[in-house]
Amino acid sequence: MLAVAGATAVAVVLVALYVADFLAANPTPLRAAPAPRGAQLTLQTVASYGHDPHPDWVSYLARDASGAWHHTTIFKVPAHALVRVTVYQYDTATGLRNPFWSQVRGTVGSTMTVNGRTLHALPPDDASHTFAIPELGVSVPLKGVGDNAPNQCSVAPCTLAQAHTTVTFTFRTGNPGRFRWQCFVPCAAAFVFGNGGPMQSIGWMDGYVQVV
Amino acid sequence: MESNLAPAAAPSGEPHIRRLIVIWVVLSAIGVALVVFALGPHMPPWTFSDEARDQRNINIMLAALATPVLLAVWMALLYSILAFRQGSGVAADGPPLHGGGRLEITWIVVTTLIVVALAVAGTAALFGTTKGAGGGQGPDPLAVPHGSQPPLQVQVIGQQWAWTFRYPAYGGVETTQIAIPAGRVIELHVTSLDVNHSFWAIRLAVKADAIPGTDNVAFVRPRKPGTFKIRCAELCGLWHGHMFTTGLVLTPAAFASWIRRQVVANAAATKTLPPYATHYFPEPLRRAG
Repeated sequence: MLAVAGATAVAVVLVALYVADFLAANPTPLRAAPAPRGAQLTLQTVASYGHDPHPDWVSYLARDASGAWHHTTIFKVPAHALVRVTVYQYDTATGLRNPFWSQVRGTVGSTMTVNGRTLHALPPDDASHTFAIPELGVSVPLKGVGDNAPNQCSVAPCTLAQAHTTVTFTFRTGNPGRFRWQCFVPCAAAFVFGNGGPMQSIGWMDGYVQVV
Repeated sequence: MESNLAPAAAPSGEPHIRRLIVIWVVLSAIGVALVVFALGPHMPPWTFSDEARDQRNINIMLAALATPVLLAVWMALLYSILAFRQGSGVAADGPPLHGGGRLEITWIVVTTLIVVALAVAGTAALFGTTKGAGGGQGPDPLAVPHGSQPPLQVQVIGQQWAWTFRYPAYGGVETTQIAIPAGRVIELHVTSLDVNHSFWAIRLAVKADAIPGTDNVAFVRPRKPGTFKIRCAELCGLWHGHMFTTGLVLTPAAFASWIRRQVVANAAATKTLPPYATHYFPEPLRRAG
């Protein structure tokens, strides 16, 4: 009887540790910087993170209000506000599997700016990634840097001195909630059809937008 | 060693059998009536489409046929526990049964008739009334509806992790929401751009696998305007649980207006799409693949 109770207790502890480890595996949320009528979210995408545990995985990073970059894909933004997003895009183009996602959707004016130029869409082959929040109807294709661009970045965080495109857009939030976001470009190098590894992992090419 | 499970003397079973049959008939009549008239109308997948109505009717028939069988088993068990409980003293085995050929033949004939009737009803739903009963029939469907009005083709495209829909009769426009007209047969062409998904619209009673490089055809005829939930029914990766959306069944006039708006709103996107095809094998990618 004592042995059964002991084994049960050990099993419960192991399950609890597993669950705790799973919950703690998510990256720390980053609060978007305050901005007039809303918040400013500043991100960068890199072709290879450059650090353990997956130095060759493609990833997003986010910048806090002090200017420091963090390896996280969970963002807190205010409810009923305008969220202005700036993405410094350091990766080269992979191309969209479904060209439908080449249109800008769900942003204010259904537009974005790419290096200061206002656009409604990208040529599908020019997309390196997308920033999409399907439940909010937001989907923005991100233009890749040229394959032969000089001074390409290979270790995060990248700097503005390195080859990049700058993409900006603004979307409006509604009621509080947690909404997943993802990339629609199959951009995971060395995985079958580009959809494994970082494309399946929160903290890399997927995450949550927490509207609070 | 002598066994203490000596066969007991055979009691007369006639009163028990008569009593059991009477109870079973009464309970079965009540049970079947409850299943058909009380539970039946609430059984999924309800009656939103012809296919849903047929599936629900078959579910009712299955439940109605199973009810007397279930009651017979439960009743025999309960009756035996109450009427034939072994009292204190030496445990005795029941008398051996021999013969009973008439009962065996009856049992075999009745169960065979039930199974054959179910097979006929299922086959009739598959090939006769609803042409596939809402299931994916692969690229060359065996059961195809023939009506005066041709079916409306809608392509369902699964991708990690969203559904999009193309309408070949309207310039191949692609949308993030599906809308279909009530009262018309819809010919769904289900495919995928990456891994296996499964298009499941339970109120429509449609379930068809979305497989890359494959055109999976399913037919459905929605009966009235309303909404229906769509979920992915094939574990397909990180956001599988988020791969849901809501579809619309509109009146024909409302559908005509809706599709016109979609064609205009998605005109720029349509220009970038590949020509409409029954499936799209994933393009070779510059980096991955």
